[in-house]
Amino acid sequence: MTQTDAAPRQTLTQKLANPTRFMQLSGTLMPWFAGAAAALIVYAMYLAFFVAPEDYQQGQTVKIMFIHVPAAWLGMMGYALIAISSFGYLVFRHPLADVSAKAAAPIGAAFTFLALATGSLWGKPMWGTYWVWDARLTSMLILLFLYFGLMALRSAVDDEAMAGKLCAVLGLVGVTILPIIKFSVDWWNTLHQPASVIRMDGPTIHSDLLWPLLISALGFSLLFFALHMKGMRNEILRRRLKSLTMAEVDRARSVSAAAAG
Amino acid sequence: MDLGPHAAFIWASYGIYVAVLALLIGWLVWEGRRIRSRLEDLESRGVARRSRVSREGDQGR
Repeated sequence: MTQTDAAPRQTLTQKLANPTRFMQLSGTLMPWFAGAAAALIVYAMYLAFFVAPEDYQQGQTVKIMFIHVPAAWLGMMGYALIAISSFGYLVFRHPLADVSAKAAAPIGAAFTFLALATGSLWGKPMWGTYWVWDARLTSMLILLFLYFGLMALRSAVDDEAMAGKLCAVLGLVGVTILPIIKFSVDWWNTLHQPASVIRMDGPTIHSDLLWPLLISALGFSLLFFALHMKGMRNEILRRRLKSLTMAEVDRARSVSAAAAG
Repeated sequence: MDLGPHAAFIWASYGIYVAVLALLIGWLVWEGRRIRSRLEDLESRGVARRSRVSREGDQGR
């Protein structure tokens, strides 16, 4: 075989750019991700409710931490995923990047909402209030509005290619909220406590509480990726359905034109 | 299991979590099934994508 006959080598991202190949791969991976997520979440909840001790200051309300913290991390991770996908769509024109960004928005919004709701329910017994316009809480609320903005913008523009580009630009501009959320507790005087897990000098939480938290975070992360794959698969099929519907409309038009002629 | 004086806040947090995730999972599964059934309906009526129709037309020439 000569050099010119050889098929060009494809990178992993180029291989995954083929929607049919992505459907095959995600169809295999998704049940494993979902199964592992369910097992890890059940194990983490067992540790949280039956093994982990009470916090010396917060008592049993520390149990809310095992779901609140993963929700906050995944709310932020969802937006980071949108920003990376947006970059891939605008710069490399990766055909699945826009599908990924679109699929991540409702999932990220759900986790951000859960972080706010569980934080509010944790705040009432610990701070004496459900809500305060503190920098961490406010920046998380802005993140939720950014998700809503992305979803509203996409549904407001009929041209899907244009909607994808506009959402990609908003996705990249909006990523500035992530460092603001992360460092809000350091830059401003907040009621919300400073970081206690992801710190330069290591976690400050006791390992009896830290391990259930990390296992819970891993379980919900796997769930996030399983849901993201499902969302992407739905979007690929929806685009295929739209293409078929257009083909049927064309066929009906040509049949009626032939009958009229 | 004694969750102390703030048990209602703990159960409410977990309840909202389960409800929102169940809604999200349910919506994704329902949406997938709805799209698949419409796709199967169109394909059973012999509708093919324009690119495929033109490609098969080219091969037939």
